[in-house]
Parts: sequence; structure tokens; C-alpha cells
Amino acid sequence: MLTKRIIPCLDVRDGRVVKGVRFADLADVASPAGLAAYYSSAGADELVFYDITASAEGRRLFTEALRETASQVFIPLTVGGGVNGLADFDRLLKSGADKVSVNTGAIADPTLISRAADRYGSQCVVLSADVKLVDGAYHVFAKGGRVDTGMEAIEWLRQGERAGAGEVVVNSIDTDGVKGGFDLPLLKKVCEALTIPVVASADAGLAASVFHFGTVSIAELKREMRACGIPVRTEE
Amino acid sequence: MIAIVDYGVGNLFSLTASLQKLGAPSVVTDDPETLAAADRIILPGVGAFGDAMKKLKQSGLDETVWALANTGKPLLGICLGMQLLFEVGTENGREPGLGLLPGEIRPLREILPPGYKIPHMGWNALTKHGESRLLQNVRQGAHVYFVHSYYAAAKERDVTATAEYGAPVTATVERGCVFGCQFHPEKSGPVGLAILKAFNETEAIL
Repeated sequence: MLTKRIIPCLDVRDGRVVKGVRFADLADVASPAGLAAYYSSAGADELVFYDITASAEGRRLFTEALRETASQVFIPLTVGGGVNGLADFDRLLKSGADKVSVNTGAIADPTLISRAADRYGSQCVVLSADVKLVDGAYHVFAKGGRVDTGMEAIEWLRQGERAGAGEVVVNSIDTDGVKGGFDLPLLKKVCEALTIPVVASADAGLAASVFHFGTVSIAELKREMRACGIPVRTEE
Repeated sequence: MIAIVDYGVGNLFSLTASLQKLGAPSVVTDDPETLAAADRIILPGVGAFGDAMKKLKQSGLDETVWALANTGKPLLGICLGMQLLFEVGTENGREPGLGLLPGEIRPLREILPPGYKIPHMGWNALTKHGESRLLQNVRQGAHVYFVHSYYAAAKERDVTATAEYGAPVTATVERGCVFGCQFHPEKSGPVGLAILKAFNETEAIL
């Protein structure tokens, strides 16, 4: 049976992890490769890196950090942030990414999803969306959740699936940053509407408080999930 | 030395990095002489069966790999590379594969019950069957990372592990010195590294 995946997500600026995790036994909390290795040995099933740099130099440092990480950590790596064209896919996949996540880039040019899926395969293409409830309707937000596109979220994700996305990440802006957890009504709707895997994201809210501050370890979380009858990958 | 067959299909970054991590020297090559000189060969691959076979044939690598496997040189096919070891693919009509193992590559949707998503993507547990040189250091129930939409309808005696996904799905195959993993050992953490290590220690059966 396929297991449910626990996927820590790291924001990277200029090749360094932002809001690094304070683990007592980890010397450099801002090293992407170091933190990735730590999470991997702690039982993470995949890792996501978001490049939140805007400069060309920052992009170069991110790519370097990705190469270093992928040379040492052998679980699937998804990367995103500033992906606007096939050249970005090419650069990231050649540097060790397994999947590339698009968000604002796909909103600006929805054909990016199908072009990337045609060239690299759907398994490489992740559509990530920031979603917020506006007047009773779920809207897609662009540019890191700052700009309301007015697009209805479920329809946008469905369109992404048809275009060839292999997976979607749903980041609910409404629950982001609060410890209330995931937006379950939204996630339920998305899961019902799509046939591809749906990843629930609450990076700043839930996961950050859970993993970054060590409130709950991945191992503890998985034990709890297993006790609830949810299949998880066991420690090897 | 492990030679990784380079025929323009798939991303070899993690595979070469994981072999490096194991201290196993490897080279990515499309040169028949380098392949012949190598101790072991890995046939990687992602994408469509027909495209991949076409690329192998264009460079004559299909015959090189077939001939070397028949000398008893250990050969490991990964993901699509494993599927190419079989006689027939069925992605776009019936297409011949390398024919090193009997059986065909069929769409997963033919055997999965309704409600199971395709591709079969994520971590799934291995159910081992019988003896396997490749899986000698892997315990029953260990998890590995899959991404695929087709499966190998193989002979039961060649299947050394399956994964349960509504139906038993061929996960590893082994016959003599021909080995295959449907999943990605280079993305399967310590379990995957153990599998690559075992392959790196296989000896030819002459």
C-alpha cells in the first residue's frame, strides 16, 4: 500500500535556509544539504526547496546548494520558486531535482504545465497554488499569496491536471501561520475533484511549528499516524 | 567499474551521485567498448517504452546491451530500463523490447481496482519472494520509491519482489545476471543504496 508522505519544506534565500531549524545536534541550520540530510535520516519521505531569491546570483547559489544536496540525500527532491519557463525546469532537473513546482509562472503562462509535462513527463511537474477564501469562493493567489487572480481554485487545479501536472500542492493562505492546521474543507474538495496526488501544505503554520521548533518529531508524527491506521513509511 | 548506458533518456544525476556515495566507480557512456570493458551495466530510463527502444536502436546499443547480458555480465535495469529488458511493450501498440526476460509491459490500469491513482507514485513496501541477490540486504516490508504507469507482466519465477497497490505489482526481477527494479533505488534512501551496493557486488555467472 502506498504510504502517506511527510514532506518538510525549506525556504532558501541566496543558497541558505531561511528560518533555520534549531536542532541541538545540527551545527549549521542554514545549510540546505545539512538540513536535508538531517530530515532524511529523521524519516522525511521527500523534501521541498523553495528558492525565494530574486537575483541572478541568488539563483546560482540555490542551484549550487541543490547540486550539493542531491549528491548526498537520496530521497525525492521537489524544487520551486521563480520557475517561469522550460529553461528553469532544465536547470533544476539537471542539478538534481526530481520534480519542479510551478505557481505564479503557470498563472502567467498556463501552457508552461503542458510544455513541461511533454518534455520531462508529468511525474516532474508539480502545480502549487496559494488559495484563500474570498467572499465564499476559493481564489488562487499569485506572487507568494499577495495578488488575487480572481480565478476559482478548484477549476484552476483541474485545468492543471488536464494540462499534465503530476501532482498538486495546495497551500491555504487562510490557515497559513496559525496552528489551527490544514483547511480540511478545501482539501476535501480538491481531492474529490482531482485524480492526481494532492499534497496539503501548511509550511509556515503547521509544519514550521511542528518540525522547526521540535514540538513533534517526524518519527512521533508517523507513530501517531500509524496508530490511526494511516500507512506510513517505517524507519529502515 | 559500472557503466551507465547513456542514450539520452532520463536524469542520471541521482544515480551517479548514489554510486559515488557507495564508492562504486561509474561512467556514463554510449561507447560499446567502454560497456564491454565494464564489470557491470546499468540501463536507466524514464519516459515512453517505444521512444526509449528507438533511441537504443538508433545507436545500436540495443544489440550491445543484449550481447553483453548474454555473456553473463551483470545488468540492472531501473524503472523504464527494467521494462526494456522484457520482450514486448504495449504503450503505443506492441513494440519489441530487448527480450532478455520473458513477458510484456502492460498498463497498470488493467490490474488496478477503481479508485487507485495512476501513476503509482510514492513509497511502497516490498514483499519479497524467494532468493534474490539484489535484495539480500533488504528486509521484508522495506519501502522504496515508485513512479510508473505500466508494469511488467513477468514470469512468476523471475519476480523477486512485488508491491501491493490494489494488486501485486512487479517491483524487482532477477534471472541469472539480469536484474531489474521498477522503483528508483537512487531515490529510495538507505534501502535503495543497499540494493545498488548489492548490485555492485554481484559477480558474473558464466
